[in-house]
Amino acid sequence: MTCEELLQALNAVIDDTSALEIYQEFADHLAGCNPCQIVVDNIRKTIRLYQAGKAYPMPVKFQDRFRQALRARWNAKFPSADS
Amino acid sequence: MAHTPDSDSVHPSPEDDLAVLRRAQSGDFTAFELLVTRLQGRVYRLAFRILGQVQDSEDVVQQTFLSMIEHLDTFRAESAVSTWVLRIATNFALKTLRKKRGLTTIPFNEPEDSLASVPHPDYIARWGQSPELILEQLELQELLKSALTELDERYRVVFVLRDIEGLSTHETAATLGLSESNVKVRLLRARLQLRERLTRALGDSSTQVQPDDRHRHP
Repeated sequence: MTCEELLQALNAVIDDTSALEIYQEFADHLAGCNPCQIVVDNIRKTIRLYQAGKAYPMPVKFQDRFRQALRARWNAKFPSADS
Repeated sequence: MAHTPDSDSVHPSPEDDLAVLRRAQSGDFTAFELLVTRLQGRVYRLAFRILGQVQDSEDVVQQTFLSMIEHLDTFRAESAVSTWVLRIATNFALKTLRKKRGLTTIPFNEPEDSLASVPHPDYIARWGQSPELILEQLELQELLKSALTELDERYRVVFVLRDIEGLSTHETAATLGLSESNVKVRLLRARLQLRERLTRALGDSSTQVQPDDRHRHP
């Protein structure tokens, strides 16, 4: 297996934790290829960073008008539930 | 700026969401509000990551849940409630992108990306710090944001849905009107481009190695 071939199968290596067990070729290539090991490690860390990254919380001042808009639309759709 | 508490850091199960949705479908506004409270944070983050702008992201949140009210009756539980809501939100975010570009359609489904044209890693080095340490540094948070914003939106949307929001390849393809193979190629492109950008900033140059596409192991 070449680096090019591993690159094309990279999603499987990243996403499927059993890929290296199932596809011996991937494991053999990675074991002997420092650049590919580093690229795989970089990508795993990239994904972890974005998954754990900044939460971008919704602004509080938006909350009131947002909830009022929902209430108005709800009352229009379910008039009997008007409160 | 004040922010709403992150009410969805521990999210209830899909079954529980569905039970609450069933109550909402029968006209229970309190149940609907509970779903909104559970999901609004995820919808806002999804929109902000795609659009990168507070006002537009707020609009997407509002449009999403108003649309949810209108289409409550049509939900058939073929996916999780959260996936359904994220799909609605993604569609509104894409509409916003189109509007900003003055387009009536956005070329998300054309052309079909090819694996053969995926860019190869260029700067290859181990990172000097762990992701946990990186996240503690404000300037690196900005780096993450700008790297994502600079990504072509065709790839950014796929990365946000698949790697950040955890939608499956099938769900992402259905949401964006793409083939599953195209989702996979775009995800690979997104991952490789983000890796390249972040590694240039975070890589330890003493560990840099040269790419060699020709060699074969073992």
